[in-house]
This record gives sequence, structure tokens and C-alpha cells, in this order.
Amino acid sequence: MESIVDREDGLNLKATELRLGLPGREESEKETMASFKNNKRASPESAVADGSKGDFDAGDGDRETAPVAKAQVVGWPPIRSYRKNNFQPKKAEGEAGMYVKVSMDGAPYLRKIDLKVYQCYPELLKALENMFKLTIGVYSEREGYKGSEYAPTYEDKDGDWMLVGDVPWEMFMSSCKRLRIMKGSEARGLGCGV
Amino acid sequence: MSHDPAEMSEDDERPPPADRGRAEYADQVLENVLENVLVFLTCRRDRNSVSLVCKSWCRAEALTRSELFIGNCYAVSPARATERFERVRSVALKGKPRFADFSLLPPDWGAHFAPWASAMAGAYPGLEKVYLKRMSVTDEDLAVLARSFPRFKELALVCCEGFGTSGLAVVANHCRQLRVLDLIESEVTDDEVDWISFFPDGGTSLESLIFDCVECPINFDALERLVARSSSLKKLRLNRYISIGQLYRLMIRAPQLTHLGTGSFSPSEIVQQGDQEPDYASAFAACRSLVCLSGFREIIPDYLPAIYPVCANLTSLNFSYANINAAQLRSVISRCHKLQILWVLDSICDEGLQAVAATCKDLRELRVFPIDAMENNEGPVSDVGFLAIAEGCRKLQSILYFCQQMTNAAVVAMSNNCPDLMVFRLCIIPRYRADRITGEPMDEGFGAIVKNCKKLTRLAVSGLLTDRAFSYFGQYGKLVQTLSVAFNGDSDMGLKYVLEGCSSLQKLEIRDSPFGDSALLSGLHHYYNMRFLWMSSCRVTRRGCREIARQMPGLVVEVFSWNNNAQDRGEENDIVETLYMYRSLARRVDAPKYVEIL
Repeated sequence: MESIVDREDGLNLKATELRLGLPGREESEKETMASFKNNKRASPESAVADGSKGDFDAGDGDRETAPVAKAQVVGWPPIRSYRKNNFQPKKAEGEAGMYVKVSMDGAPYLRKIDLKVYQCYPELLKALENMFKLTIGVYSEREGYKGSEYAPTYEDKDGDWMLVGDVPWEMFMSSCKRLRIMKGSEARGLGCGV
Repeated sequence: MSHDPAEMSEDDERPPPADRGRAEYADQVLENVLENVLVFLTCRRDRNSVSLVCKSWCRAEALTRSELFIGNCYAVSPARATERFERVRSVALKGKPRFADFSLLPPDWGAHFAPWASAMAGAYPGLEKVYLKRMSVTDEDLAVLARSFPRFKELALVCCEGFGTSGLAVVANHCRQLRVLDLIESEVTDDEVDWISFFPDGGTSLESLIFDCVECPINFDALERLVARSSSLKKLRLNRYISIGQLYRLMIRAPQLTHLGTGSFSPSEIVQQGDQEPDYASAFAACRSLVCLSGFREIIPDYLPAIYPVCANLTSLNFSYANINAAQLRSVISRCHKLQILWVLDSICDEGLQAVAATCKDLRELRVFPIDAMENNEGPVSDVGFLAIAEGCRKLQSILYFCQQMTNAAVVAMSNNCPDLMVFRLCIIPRYRADRITGEPMDEGFGAIVKNCKKLTRLAVSGLLTDRAFSYFGQYGKLVQTLSVAFNGDSDMGLKYVLEGCSSLQKLEIRDSPFGDSALLSGLHHYYNMRFLWMSSCRVTRRGCREIARQMPGLVVEVFSWNNNAQDRGEENDIVETLYMYRSLARRVDAPKYVEIL
């Protein structure tokens, strides 16, 4: 919070300060850093609304340190997500979504998701977590999804089963045929380094 | 409704043994009389008062309560509730705290309907109505509902999740007396089951079918046949997969509708000039009882004139998905003289709000949602449109307004012009934003609202607010029951003012504000009067929360963070990420690993 000194003469210079970036940015960056320990990241809307895709490099930890101007606080403003999603750029006529089936070990039903809705791995993982009510955790190149008993995998064009996150996002988008959330020791086996 | 005399031995006022026979008979008569009277008591606050008079009144009230309302599903266990209230026909349950809507509650936190479903399956064979809000409901739970209650008539799922079209199919198929199936702002998984086809053949009793939140395609032919054989249907809200052409076909089969959600309100294919299109306006004109219109999910504004025939009778209009400009809004709103409820997008701009203020003199509720949720220096609506509403809509009772800029003067004006305000929710999107013109905090504006609006029960604040604003809330907000705070205040004093002053406070949700343990502990006298307190990203520590838990055993004090490691609980002086506490007669048995109950 702004110190009392800033406001002693009632001017609150800090709040009316002209600068680039969002007001209270330092606060929000601290918050976003603190909150996003695992795979929670700045709300996807920030990236989409900007219309730019600066954030979508290959799966590495830097994903979470979004450029300043795009850093947004989770859950702010208080609008339910389905309201926000409605005004994302509509798919052009004729442009189909990219639906892939998602199965989870132990679940009776298959699900389908549209990969085009997501811009990067954390968004996809978050959506999977919400869909199946589980925690997948953070991806690391060496250890896969350590700390979770689930691992998201996908079947690629060659028919091989790969760990989600191993390849750059664009490559994943173009090669992913279906997803499978593995559970238990099979998941750990896949996540192990070499 | 006569009593087993053995039951009455609990009664404190037992007469001496010699007179027991006559006294018990008198008691029995009294209880019968009482029950026959209490049956007419519907207000639950009255019922709660009645139940406190004495044990026999408590029993009589419990036996005659047919509508059970539980504002926090964790406040009482299903077993205890079903034991006390034996003859319930309608149940309303609320689960997750509201901030769950904004991703502030980690997934899988709880509010499972399952234990309630199974308890009620055994206890309430005559159950007819279930209303759930922010509960986690599975397909299996819906199956339990469908199987266990032969007289089941009404199901409303608001802001729920965890179920899919397969669960809906089971309800549609098994609940033969179904009158109401309302899915509102819920997340419904697409299991690719054609649930509309599962309604039984032959006439249905359907009066309300609301599925505008269901994000998957619908079998239109099956829907059309369903509407055709549901002669009692009054409320129909379609999802965005229904085109305007399909809407037309449904409307001509159901001119008796009073509430209509129009679906996409655009054609399914690109319409060429010269194409034959149905006379949409005539379909609307035929619906002479239509009073509530919503939908317009993917509106093409060219079709707006179709609704002109019904505007004069509309009392409720929801354009909150319609990206229309001021002129397009004006063409509609200028005909809506009876409008009481209006939801819009800020695409209509201040100018559009001026048009609303000019015509809708009877407006009670206004909600203005932002198209662009980013923090900006300017937005399409501001204090200008707000002031216009304040000056034109004097009967306003409830407002929700998102904007980028606001002034104290506009807010003060509304406080003076709209004395009937009960709900005031102003969201200035950029955090810590001051008065646009004076550069001052928004203290005086919000202060004026609590001071001048004598009926105010719900308040949500935003913008730059100092502790002074909170002193106003405590001083004047004596009727405030719900307060939402976000990125406001300077110090513990802010929260203290509220906890010490707002004597009617029941629900307090705070995020990202500098309130700590000292403030938290100043509310001990009041927490049992509240439904819940939520504080996230504030300054309360584990030590402070533990102290509350120690002093108030009737509260459940949940502390959690997004870090999922149960082993990693943190030190006593660590600031907790989220505190959620609520009064309760039960202990949670289903808390996930990341929730620590102190």
C-alpha cells in the first residue's frame, strides 16, 4: 500500500501519478508472483484482450513472468469467466476449432476440448485441472510433473505418447491428436528424465 | 399430525405425575393447534424466531417447515438437518463463497451435493424442489435425485459445476412430473448426450426450461417437439447454439411464453440479400404475455427491430451479451417505458445510459458490464452515464456498474436522488483509482451512499479508499448485511470500523487489503452473527487465525493457499493467503489437503 507519507497532504501523488503500466503495478506483480507458485498464472484474458502473443515461447518457467503491461491480477475485475470469454475474438467463419479427445485413467467418459482456445501450456493445464477436478502441478523439464499423481500425455502424429510440455507449444498444437491423463506409477515412469 | 405421547416427555414443563394424562392431552391439543397455525408461516426468519420460544414450539415448527434453506452447506451436517426437519418438500442449499466465481477458490474445495443428496433420499421421499447455488454436483447426484423422489418437480442449478449432459438426460427422463429445469450460469460438461431427447413422449408439465448457459449444441428437432408438447411452458431460455431461424420456429409454437431467452439472435449461415426470411417481428407480436427478454448471445443488430412489438410490455431486458452501440440501444429502449430490470454491456456508452435515463422511469435494477475488462485510462461509460441514471431513474433499488473512471460528485448525486437503493455495487476497474476530476479518494462518494441510502443492505466498493471511507461504513451502514472490499483501505482501522459499527453484517468478503490480526480480533463479538468472513491476500497471520479459532469454537476457521503441499504448513507468523471462516454446527470431513482447519 502507498505509505502514509504520500497522502499526508491529501494529494496522494502516487495514485494520480502518470506512468506507463497499470496502477499499483508493484503490488500486483508481488501478488502475481506469490500466487503463481504452481501452474496458476495471470488470467488468460489479459493476453487475449491485448491481441498479442508475446508470451508463448516454448515451455519454460519464464512463462509466468509475463511482461509488465500484461500482468493482471487473478479474479479482477470481478466478472465471471464466462462473461469474459464471450468477447474473445470470434473464430472466423469456416474456421473450425481444434477438438481433441481427452481421457483420464479411471474416468468413465471421454471429454473433448478445443485446443485453439488456449494460448499456452498453463492455460491448457488449468483447464484440464478444472475439467477433471485434480491437480497436475508444475512442469519441469527434468522431472516432469513431480508432486502430482497425474501426468498429462498426448499422442502425436507418429502415434507416440509424449509428456505434455516437452515440446514448444506450436509444435504441440500441430501434432497433438488426443490427450490422456495418466495416473499413478505409469505417470511417474513417463515423467522421469532419461 | 398428532403426537406420540412418548415424544412429549422431552418437554420441560412436565406436570406432576397425577395430572400427567390430562396435561399430556392438553399439550397434544396445543401442539396440534400450533402446527395448524405454523403451517401458514412461510418467512424463514419468522420461523427461526418461532423455534426459539420453547421446545414444543421448536418441535412443532420443525414438523411444519416444508421449505428448508441452508445458506452455507457446511454450517450444519445433512444428518442433523434431516433429523430436525422431517417433512421437507423444498430444499435450497448454497455452497462455495462468492469469490469462487473469480477463481479465488482453488479447485476441488468442496461444497459437494452428494452427502446431501443421499441424506435427503432417505429422509424426504416427498421432496419436490431443489435449489442449489455454487455447489459441486455430479451426474451421479442428479441420478440420485431422479431416482429417489417420485414427486420431484423443480430443479434449479445456479453457478454449479461438476455435471454434464448425461446427468441432465437422467433428470429429463426419470422426473415425470418435472415443471422446472433451470440451469443458470452453471458449467455443464458436454458428454455428447442428447439430453433434450430424453424427455418422455407425450405431454409434459414443463413450465420453465432454462439452459442458456449450456455450452453445447442441442438437438433442435427434439427441442421443437418438446416445446410443442409442453403447453404449460412459460419460461424458455435458449443457448447460443439456437439460431434466429430456429427461435422463430419455437416462438410460433409457444406464444404463451412470459420469459424468453433468444439464443444467438443471428442466423446460422450467412444470409444473402433477397433471401426469404421469416417475419420475426410477427412472432414476437404473437407473444402477448412476454415480459422478460434475454439472450442475444451473438446478436446481429439488424434484427433488433423484431423485438419492437414486445417492448411496451417488457419489465426485464438482459442485453448483457449484446455488443450494441448507443443508437441501437436507443431504438429499443425508447419503447420500454415499463422496464424495471436492465442488464447491458458498456458498448452502449454514456450516451446509451442517457437514453435509458430518459425513458425508463420505473427502473429498479441496472447492471452495466464491461466488454473490455482491462484497466484503462478511459472507458465507454463513466461518471457521466452514472449521473444521468442518478437523475433519471429515481426508483433505482439495485445497481452494478463497471467503469474506468468515476467521481465522488456522481456517486453523491445518486445517494441523494435514489433513496430506495438497497444494493450498491460500483466497480472502478483500475485498482486504487481516485476521483477523475479532483484526484481525491472515493471516500466521500461511498460514504454518502451509506449515509443517505437508508435501506442499503448490500455494498461493494472499489477505487481509492482510505480508512475514512470505512469509518463512514461503520458509522452509517447499520443495515448493511453484505460488504465486498477489494484493494482498499490503509490500515487495520478500516476493518475495525466495519466490524465494530456494522451491526447487521452477515457476509464480509475482502481481498488484497492491508488488514491484519489486530483488526481480525476486533470482530470477536460479532462473528457468530455472521454467515462468513473471507479474507484473501490481506495481512492476517496463522497466529491470528488460530487465536480466533481458539476463542470461538462455534466457528470453522479454514486457512488455505494455492500451494498444495500439506506438509508445508508455514510458520505461525506467516501471512495466510486465504482465510475463510463461518459459523457452524459441524466439522468439515471432506476438506481437501490444502485446507487447514485451525
